[in-house]
Amino acid sequence: MKMMKKTLLAASVAALASSAAMADISDGKLKIGVLADMGGVYADICGQGCVTATEMAVEDFGGKVLGMPIEVISADDQLKPDVGSAIVRKWVEDEQVDVVGGLVSSAVVGAATKVLTDAKKIALISTAASNAFTTKQCSPYNVHWTYNVAALANGTVQPMVDAGNKKWFFITADYAFGHALEDVATKVIKENGGEVVGVARAPLSTTDFSSYILQAQSSGADVVALANAGNDTVNALKAASEFGLTEMMSVAGLLVFTPNAQAMDPNVAGGMRTTTGFYWDLDEQTREWSKRFMERHGSIPAMGHAGAYSMTMHYLKAVEAAGTDDSDAVIKKMKEMKPDDFFSRNATLRADGRMVHDMYYVEIKKPEERRDGDDIFKVLSVIPGDKAYAPILPECNFK
Amino acid sequence: MKINKLYLVLLLLALVAPFFLYPVFLAKLLCFALFACAFNLMLGYVGLLSFGHAAFLGTGGYVTGWLMMNSGLTPELAILLGTLTAGALGALYGKLSVKREGIYFAMVTLALSQLVFFIYLQAPFTGGEDGMQGVPRGKLFGVIDLSDNISMYYFVLAIFLFGFWLIHRTVHSPFGQVLKAIRENEPRATSLGYNVNDYKWVAFTISAALAGLAGSTKTLVFQLASLTDVHWHMSGEVVLMTLVGGVGTILGPVVGAGVIVTMQNYLSSGELGNYLHIIMGLIFVICVLAFRSGIVGELQKVWKRNFG
Repeated sequence: MKMMKKTLLAASVAALASSAAMADISDGKLKIGVLADMGGVYADICGQGCVTATEMAVEDFGGKVLGMPIEVISADDQLKPDVGSAIVRKWVEDEQVDVVGGLVSSAVVGAATKVLTDAKKIALISTAASNAFTTKQCSPYNVHWTYNVAALANGTVQPMVDAGNKKWFFITADYAFGHALEDVATKVIKENGGEVVGVARAPLSTTDFSSYILQAQSSGADVVALANAGNDTVNALKAASEFGLTEMMSVAGLLVFTPNAQAMDPNVAGGMRTTTGFYWDLDEQTREWSKRFMERHGSIPAMGHAGAYSMTMHYLKAVEAAGTDDSDAVIKKMKEMKPDDFFSRNATLRADGRMVHDMYYVEIKKPEERRDGDDIFKVLSVIPGDKAYAPILPECNFK
Repeated sequence: MKINKLYLVLLLLALVAPFFLYPVFLAKLLCFALFACAFNLMLGYVGLLSFGHAAFLGTGGYVTGWLMMNSGLTPELAILLGTLTAGALGALYGKLSVKREGIYFAMVTLALSQLVFFIYLQAPFTGGEDGMQGVPRGKLFGVIDLSDNISMYYFVLAIFLFGFWLIHRTVHSPFGQVLKAIRENEPRATSLGYNVNDYKWVAFTISAALAGLAGSTKTLVFQLASLTDVHWHMSGEVVLMTLVGGVGTILGPVVGAGVIVTMQNYLSSGELGNYLHIIMGLIFVICVLAFRSGIVGELQKVWKRNFG
């Protein structure tokens, strides 16, 4: 009996000790993995730049959280879901990574978030566009920060349909992101009395868009919508102008990141309207951060870069407030606290993991309007978060 | 006798390895080792270079993945069906291709595998570029939970040993002797009364089925089937593995797969990540120029010279 008591005591002491250790940083270090596209068509919008932005957030936070050092590691997903999910699996199972940021291509992110949810680790999604991560594939551990396809469709497509562009043709990136964007945009078009006259689906990293442009040309549409991103948009637009499509009908880039807008011919792209989650030249605050980013990275930040900084900062603040790096406690704090910095304006992190904040309806400046090479967008209006994003789904309401 | 001892040591190493190294990495290594062994059965023992083996790897993977997600079968049945499907595809493709030799055989197999690639790219059930995501690992025989990496590893090890044993058995059987005779001198094998094409066809089917087995297992390990596995790059990678390890040796493909997968694993995340393909290309060139019989082949030569 005495023996029994002793064992019980020892067990309860051990239990207490382990719960005390829980309320701290596991393995003496907070490790952030940044998964990004280092050499593919999305390298400019979230490649090394996302690593730099994450590192900046860690430095600005002081390099330490709860007295423990913060380490940032990174890897190239090569835009392949199998490569990306294998890296993330290795990170969380073998290398004690606590949280994964960056996260660019929706196909890779879909595979990576499944691994992360199984491992109960938080996914901080900066640049992926698909809305699936907070709808069809929603998870209590997904945090989707910068923007999503719903915001793009509501922001860009609706005003164009209202302005009388009723017939639409899509050139879509043939994977998760393109399909999601095409879906929500089609819905918006139909609800507002327009119609979709045709769709051409081009594989990711297509270099020759001529056959898709020819299909668009013979479709009789008012607008050709480019439901792709990164260098794909740049190449598609180049082909469109070479084939004279830009003179026949208007071309809408549904997702244009600043580095890509910079790479486009301003004579062709000038006047094109799009929606963005961030623009570096909004006000003092954004200019201050963007200048620091430019000094380190060499070019102006895309919205994903700013998002990567902002979400990392918010995560670190939540870790500090929760007093632990335990994912359940941290995600709860993240959703309680209001994100508020140069990027997140009027922002809340909803229960489904969707960060809702002000979006910007912008126009790409024409050559004569540009001050210099970095002067790209003219902000037409601010779209309040609740107008831009779709409402929360009941099955994704994680409390 | 010595060879048996070597196998025993290797088996012991394989049994304790997951306690020192990351089990998923080891499981991946075993899957590719099995894939390379299956490929080697064609290149090393029949002397036919198939450039379309990725089609079987991918088919096994997609079928198993689909069954695990939609049918509620246990993993061993899903793997079995994946393997059989790949074998059936192999029988069909074998029938069409074994009548040709050399570069023509390689081209026919490549063309057929590209057909398969395009089907998987466009078919809705594969998820196209997104891949088939979130395949559950399930419970082995309905009892053992494979979501634990260590159990998964031992399951993969058992599958690998079975595949390896089957190839070993095939190679050292009268059937295997005929295959080697075909490799050495096909007209002579014909003149001895063997129906050469039928032998090749059976060997091709076995090889395809085992490649499918490797693909099925790999899908369970990574819980994902993707286009990478059906892409022609994969068909090239397995040639590289086999050549580096040693064509026509039973352990060569295992060693070759070990070298290539380890390099991919450790180099891709480091400073040298961008140069990975250049390094692999260099190794290939050096291998072909300097030691043609591969790592295991050269070691065997040294062994024979000194102890044989």
